[in-house]
Amino acid sequence: MATGTIFNIQKYSIHDGPGIRTTVFLKGCPLSCWWCHNPESQRYGPQLVLWKERCIGCGDCTKACPEDAILPENTPPIIDEDKCSCCGACARVCPATALEIIGKAVTSEYVMKEIEKDLIFYDQSGGGVAFSGGEPLMQPEFLKSLLKECKKRDIHTVVDTSGYANWEILSAVSGITDLFLYDIKHMDDAVHTKTVGVSNRVILENLRKLAWIHNNINIRIPLVPGINDDQTNIHETAQFISSINIKDVNILPYHRTGIDKYGRLGREYRVADVREPSKEYVESIGKVFVGYGLSVKIGG
Amino acid sequence: MNGRVKSLRKQSIETVPCISIERAVLVTEAYKEYSGKVSVPMLRALTFKHLMENKAICINPGELIVGERGLGPQATPTYPELCCHTVEDLEIIDDRDKIFFKVSNEVKDIQRDKIIPYWKGRSIREKIFGHMSNEWLDCYNAGIFTEFMEQRAPGHTVADGKIYKKGFLDFKADIEKSLQSVDYLNDPEAYEKQEQLKAMRLCADAIIAYANRHAEKAAELAADEKDPVRKKELERIAKVCSHVPAHAPRNFWEALQAYWFVHIGVITELNTWDSFNPGKLDQHLYPFYKKGIGEGTLTRERALELLECFWVKFNNQPAPPKVGVTLAESGTYTDFANINIGGIKPDGSDGVNEVSYMLLEVIGDMKILQPSTNVQVSQKNPDRFVKKACEVIRMGMGFPSVFNTDAVVKELMRQGKTIEDARCGGTSGCVEIGTFGKEAYILTGYFNIPKVLEITLYNGTDPRTGKRIGLETGDPASFESYDQLFEAFEKQMRHFLDIKIRGNNIIEKLYATNMPAPFLSIIVDDCIKKGKDYNAGGARYNSNYIQGVGIGTITDCLSAVKYHVFDNKTMTMEGLLEALGDDFKGHEKIRQLLVNKTPRYGNDDDYADYLMVSVFQTFFGLVDGRKNLKGGSYRINMLPTTCHIYFGSVTGATPDGRRAAYPLSEGISPVQGADRNGPTAVIKSASKMDHIKTGGTLLNQKFSPQVLEGEEGLEKLTHLIRSYFRLEGHHIQFNVVSADTLRDAQNNPGNYGGLIVRVAGYSDYFNNLSKELQDEIITRTEHCSF
Repeated sequence: MATGTIFNIQKYSIHDGPGIRTTVFLKGCPLSCWWCHNPESQRYGPQLVLWKERCIGCGDCTKACPEDAILPENTPPIIDEDKCSCCGACARVCPATALEIIGKAVTSEYVMKEIEKDLIFYDQSGGGVAFSGGEPLMQPEFLKSLLKECKKRDIHTVVDTSGYANWEILSAVSGITDLFLYDIKHMDDAVHTKTVGVSNRVILENLRKLAWIHNNINIRIPLVPGINDDQTNIHETAQFISSINIKDVNILPYHRTGIDKYGRLGREYRVADVREPSKEYVESIGKVFVGYGLSVKIGG
Repeated sequence: MNGRVKSLRKQSIETVPCISIERAVLVTEAYKEYSGKVSVPMLRALTFKHLMENKAICINPGELIVGERGLGPQATPTYPELCCHTVEDLEIIDDRDKIFFKVSNEVKDIQRDKIIPYWKGRSIREKIFGHMSNEWLDCYNAGIFTEFMEQRAPGHTVADGKIYKKGFLDFKADIEKSLQSVDYLNDPEAYEKQEQLKAMRLCADAIIAYANRHAEKAAELAADEKDPVRKKELERIAKVCSHVPAHAPRNFWEALQAYWFVHIGVITELNTWDSFNPGKLDQHLYPFYKKGIGEGTLTRERALELLECFWVKFNNQPAPPKVGVTLAESGTYTDFANINIGGIKPDGSDGVNEVSYMLLEVIGDMKILQPSTNVQVSQKNPDRFVKKACEVIRMGMGFPSVFNTDAVVKELMRQGKTIEDARCGGTSGCVEIGTFGKEAYILTGYFNIPKVLEITLYNGTDPRTGKRIGLETGDPASFESYDQLFEAFEKQMRHFLDIKIRGNNIIEKLYATNMPAPFLSIIVDDCIKKGKDYNAGGARYNSNYIQGVGIGTITDCLSAVKYHVFDNKTMTMEGLLEALGDDFKGHEKIRQLLVNKTPRYGNDDDYADYLMVSVFQTFFGLVDGRKNLKGGSYRINMLPTTCHIYFGSVTGATPDGRRAAYPLSEGISPVQGADRNGPTAVIKSASKMDHIKTGGTLLNQKFSPQVLEGEEGLEKLTHLIRSYFRLEGHHIQFNVVSADTLRDAQNNPGNYGGLIVRVAGYSDYFNNLSKELQDEIITRTEHCSF
């Protein structure tokens, strides 16, 4: 039985592949995209978040903390991050759920039990499960074990990946995955490195190889105005996709729903001045891809 | 919608509801003339005849389907024989902010001088309260249960297809035949049967006379009409009204008009609950539609126009004015005529036809409060039909609601109906099942399940009044196990249900002997055959219901006590009771623990969900199968209308962390905001209840509009519905509106005059809802797009 760290199991996911799905979010990501709407997914291991407005000032967290990391008599509490080991003792006692641990270690058995609860919806809708993140390939043993368990139960699987992983891992996962949702963020390595945090070379190379051995890949492009929507990049992206014989492209227009999370995590939101693109604009970008013979869907 | 429909719709929406005193005056005249001289059924029939022969005839400009209950649209009569309003009542009805009816001084004068002097002490309402025991009154006043029949008559029934195949002259012939076969030598009930049948015969004549008066009026108007097009229409109306309902309808127009006369007849005879309802309208109309199109005498446009004119007629008739607890449990103008679309035919085959799709189009086009509408979804219906319905749902009016026809048939058959009769059935009111045209299925009152726990926690006393109204089942602090608490809860529930049913038995008798409904009886099988009134057991099937309210709240309450007090000992019973007694003031930490750290219903968590099942089974076991006086049985269903607000207002703080006086959970939906795992988890939780054992359950879901965007959103909603129905869920309905919109509407009502939202088993203008109800809807969990 494998174990791994997840930060959410989302039922009734309707944008992560066909049909109604349960999406399992695995925690930890080697990328740090500026626009990431799940910033809590990036760090490996559990993480403490504070919902300031929920705090009722009972002080139980201070008493519960084995590291003395929570200063007494503050509403909301002040947490000494250097001392905090993210053990979760404070979150367990917090009656108001003002303190929450994001990310918990779970067994594949536990995850499968949750997945199986919605079998009837998968069967009815032609759905299944999606593994997303974070970057699911960063927990390869856990992911493979879950994929195998799903195969055993004939549950359709989607892996939503950035592609930034060792090829050995990706190729192993490839044999037990029904559909990949594979992100391309930028074709220019310098811009990619700057805004995503890593080079795109491994990502594009892995995609080229994956397309050779797997025939069900949807490309996902987060469209972030001012970062990757210039004509050159759009054309290069479309060209690349069609050159490796992939057909399906999903354009995911930038949205700001993750902005509050940055505040709760005490982090800076680096694309605060980017506006959500208009529907017409996104459609015009879509047309470029269609021009390369690709089949485009706006949204997940 | 064409210009004609637009103007009729405008008239319907913009006319301010008012009280029409005409009916009260005519009924009083008839009673003064006949009471004591004739049998009770004949008295009721002569009253009906007096009404039908003398009430004003109204033909609104431009309309094609005619007949109003009052003097005109939104003019609403009173029923003094059931509930005789005091002048103060009328002033309140006139003056209140929501669900008001304007009352003129003239009306008040007539009420004071003519109506009250005759009816004081004679109305059913006074008889009911006069006959109820002190313990019943205590429970009623405490808000343990409500009483449906204290100012409205039993009805809760729906038309089947017979009125499209037979005219009232044919029914009269059937009545004659039954009269001929009365066995005066051997049957001790021969006289009663004779009087009942004579009364029915008289009512058949009365409805024909009423239609003929419309024919005459239309002919008169036609003679004076300058516009040649309208002149022709009026002549046609005259022709239609002189044919139906005396004879069976011959075409689409006549079919709609025939139903409408019957509708007006039923709701004028008495103020039946749920008014009346054409049931499977698409299936009834389809033969006429097919014939008309085939012969070239009808076009699709004309059929659509007639349907939309028909729609307006429903909206012209608000629910009769309610007062007191009845207003609190059903605070709306909607009168619950709930048209069934789709489903299956009596032979079990797919019932969707072209008219089904037209009706969906009409709903989206009209965007009007009444009639209520629902789609019946069977495995046999095509997905495109369900998707089409979802498209209308996506418009965000809460129409149509969605029913699982295959479950409905099973539910009816479990109650002992034949498969053919079950397939002729459907749902009406909010979510209630019935075999249309053959069953009296009477809702007798809501039952406040969380209040029963409250009384249990106070050892039989109602903490709101300090009065002991329950049993002394022991000090809960002395309970050593959760089972002991549940046992006490069950004892209290039995105690209160016994009180309710004892009262019901008296009320049922009061209606059977004082308020027969000979007109309604004509069209419900087997009243003619048995020579028995609808209100006395004449229908083929007779079911009485008690409607459980607050299953979500009670589940979370029991879960909280079990989890925190007994299983994990996070708190003591004394500590919990103290916090409840103080309405959590000074106990916020306890309240937060109860709200946030308790397994709660609606999350597909067996810990909570099986507590729900245990409460459901207990309630079911204590009610289902008990005999009523009409030869039928008691059943349960799970719906609240607006009663979860009223019951909440009389229930103190509860162990789920709910503060005193806040609403209870609604239908079988989770406590507002307690469901945190999305709609599939809610559906899984709700389906752990055995819906087949009920006569209807009500599940409300709120979606943000983005979830249903695009073809894909529709498809996935269709799958969600199909999945729930595979799990034998009875009914689901959707609010497609964001909490932000609702908050804005609450602050700027002027900008949202047309905003219609789903409440419980019906939709209403957001502006018509009480502040409490608005808040309750806003706090329901909103499923967003992921």
